Amino acid sequence: MEEFVWLTFLVSLLAAGVRLATPLLFAALGGITNELAGVLNIGLEGMMIGGTFGAYIGALLSGSEWGGALGGMLAGGLLGLLFAFLSITWRGDQVVLGTGLNIFALGLTSFLFRSMYKAGITQFVPSFQVWNIPLLSDIPLIGQIFFRQVPLVYLAYLLIPIATFLLYKTTWGLKLRCCGEHPRAAETVGVNVIKTRYLALCLSGMLAGLGGTFLSLGQIPAFTEGLVSGRGFIALAAIIFGRWKPLNVALACLLFGVADALQLRLQGFGLPIRYEFLLMFPYLLTLITFVIFVNRGDSPAALGKPYPDQ
Amino acid sequence: MMPAPLLEMRQIVKTFGSLRANDRVDFEVRSGEIHALLGENGAGKTTLMNILYGLYQPDSGEIFWKGEKIVLHSPRDAIRHRIGMIHQHLMLVPNFTVLENILVGLPSPQEPLLPIQETLARLKDFAAQYGLPIDPTLKVKQLPLGLQQRVEILKALFRGADLLILDEPTAVLSPLEVEDFFAVLRNLVDKGVSIIFISHKLDEVLRISDRITVLRQGKRVGTIETRQATQPILAEMMVGRAVALDHGFPKGGAAQPLLELKGVSLIRPKVGRVLKDINLTLHSGEILGIAGIDGNGQEELADVICGLIPYSEGQMLLEGRPIPNPTPRKMKAAGLGYVPADRQRVGLVKNFSIAHNLVLKSFDDPPFNRHGFLREKVVHLNAQQVVEAFDIRAAALSQPVGELSGGNQQKVILGRELKLATRLLVAVHPTRGLDVGATESVRQFLHAQKEKGIGILLISADLDELLAMSDRIAVLFRGEILGIVPGEAASLPAISRMMLGERLEAIA
Repeated sequence: MEEFVWLTFLVSLLAAGVRLATPLLFAALGGITNELAGVLNIGLEGMMIGGTFGAYIGALLSGSEWGGALGGMLAGGLLGLLFAFLSITWRGDQVVLGTGLNIFALGLTSFLFRSMYKAGITQFVPSFQVWNIPLLSDIPLIGQIFFRQVPLVYLAYLLIPIATFLLYKTTWGLKLRCCGEHPRAAETVGVNVIKTRYLALCLSGMLAGLGGTFLSLGQIPAFTEGLVSGRGFIALAAIIFGRWKPLNVALACLLFGVADALQLRLQGFGLPIRYEFLLMFPYLLTLITFVIFVNRGDSPAALGKPYPDQ
Repeated sequence: MMPAPLLEMRQIVKTFGSLRANDRVDFEVRSGEIHALLGENGAGKTTLMNILYGLYQPDSGEIFWKGEKIVLHSPRDAIRHRIGMIHQHLMLVPNFTVLENILVGLPSPQEPLLPIQETLARLKDFAAQYGLPIDPTLKVKQLPLGLQQRVEILKALFRGADLLILDEPTAVLSPLEVEDFFAVLRNLVDKGVSIIFISHKLDEVLRISDRITVLRQGKRVGTIETRQATQPILAEMMVGRAVALDHGFPKGGAAQPLLELKGVSLIRPKVGRVLKDINLTLHSGEILGIAGIDGNGQEELADVICGLIPYSEGQMLLEGRPIPNPTPRKMKAAGLGYVPADRQRVGLVKNFSIAHNLVLKSFDDPPFNRHGFLREKVVHLNAQQVVEAFDIRAAALSQPVGELSGGNQQKVILGRELKLATRLLVAVHPTRGLDVGATESVRQFLHAQKEKGIGILLISADLDELLAMSDRIAVLFRGEILGIVPGEAASLPAISRMMLGERLEAIA
């Protein structure tokens, strides 16, 4: 009996971990793309925020959660384009711009949202429903953890091999990574560094927007401010932890997701710890990751440097 | 009737701000020749070639390629016309494998997949055909510079090159590697590739080229057949006046031991031994040269002596007294001056004025400092004296050092360090990147210090410089000193072989 309770707890913990890891994974895959192209994107957080709002509006207008996903990607993509314009064409400092983008996205979405609903009442919109995958969801434990989720989670699974393939096995991926390692070398073999970086940032924004979509339409079908609350930064930590390899980064996201799920559950256990400390747990893990892994030296060599460099 | 040239550049003009980098330059290359492009630093050689490779757009002028006028908007266009370029700073990604470096940007017959198998097969063919064997699975950062250059050549050949531009290709090679490299070039010409060979080394140009075009201050001075050229003729074309070549400095004068290294080693975590059991004695009034291919521990040796990196094992003695934990401050107090390899990043603060750069190491001491305040008047006065003594050409003493030419920047460093060097001086690549005039005056300054009885450790990649200046030359290879020979021309063969890893005992 005792064992059964523990098993149930573990399964529900891991299932929640997978769920909470999904928005991180979308954003992290986006971040991998722009970082491998040589652009440091601290603005991942802001792009996710844009995504939460875009998804809400998209769902509201189209009356469909998939329309919402489109809206989230569009909002994230536009912020990516803005970031690209400021950092590549105008050669702004990427760290400053990223921070600015985060504040901008937070302020803009709050402003728009409040001007739409003056009384603070939100309208519910269509949201993603759990879809049990036939056969796979019947596998004991594994099925419960991985295959009884909303469709966006499955999309995230698919994106892991797709990203690995595109970034590490194709001519496009090699060109992109060359832009992140040695942009001038890329230029001399005929790669358009500017175009590649623009594209990488737009893709990154769209993926982060999908992450935002999951936050506003994957769990509670509504927009509230502060939905993202630092997840963009956790995604950045996951990228570094996973050394820019999609599968490793996915595992890092899962770790952070489970940590988040664990603190949520521990809050209900009535432990003699204040819940604020538990809330801190995933962020603490992020901080530790940064401290341990950030200077390991295998990051893209030209990361964060504008091109051309004079 | 001569056949139409393979390449003709007509009246090329390119300006950067107020600088005319190329001023109505004409340049042509015949099919099947090695054409040397000769000139001092800043003469406009690289600018002209970057235009030919589509990296820069000319302000005016025309390019004819195989008889047709072409416009090159980017390297993509150059590659499409089968023009390849090997840049002075190799355009390779150190973290990528040889194969990946060759594959970047190549169109693939099976897009979007990388054509790995075909490329490996073609690479094998190329290696055999051109005599350029290489292991494609190694990461570029694991390769010595000579092999990295080979990767660059293969990269260009893979893209199809009827004309190969080589920008200072021998700068990174040891004398013996240069021999191999020249053999490769002749082989390429036999296979139908024409070559532009950029250099400022007269002897190399005379040995390898068929014709020579000389540029000076952005203008074409002339083109001559190599068999009609001699070193004095070329030197005069380059500099614009007759120059004395190869004049050495008087040797001798070494007195008592000044600085002794006994079994000094430097161990870097993860890297291993960067310096191995170094035993060296520098005498007062002596110039001790350190030869070696870049990256064999030269800069670490300098940093250890100057107290910037603590050594792991061994002992360092100054005039017989051990210095257990040298720090830059202690070494400065002991009378050491340091001319670092990277003058822009280590030697100077680019945004500071000339006057402030001149007191970077002594702003804390009298007379520049009183009660913790900088005495700007004294600093200014000091700057005035140094600028005059070292003939530093600047608009004002308050001018940021970053705006000066390389030669004048180096003189600012010398002006600061020679004052501090009351006993010994460590100079790393002191004339690298300087033109003939500035090089000459830097060497004069160093020699004058030696005459004053100061011991100088001269680290240089330029063997001619070492031979002209040093009393003795030690050769560093992978952090080890393989032998010490007298600083005379007869030592050259032994130095060349030690630079590639042979021990002096094995040679003699």
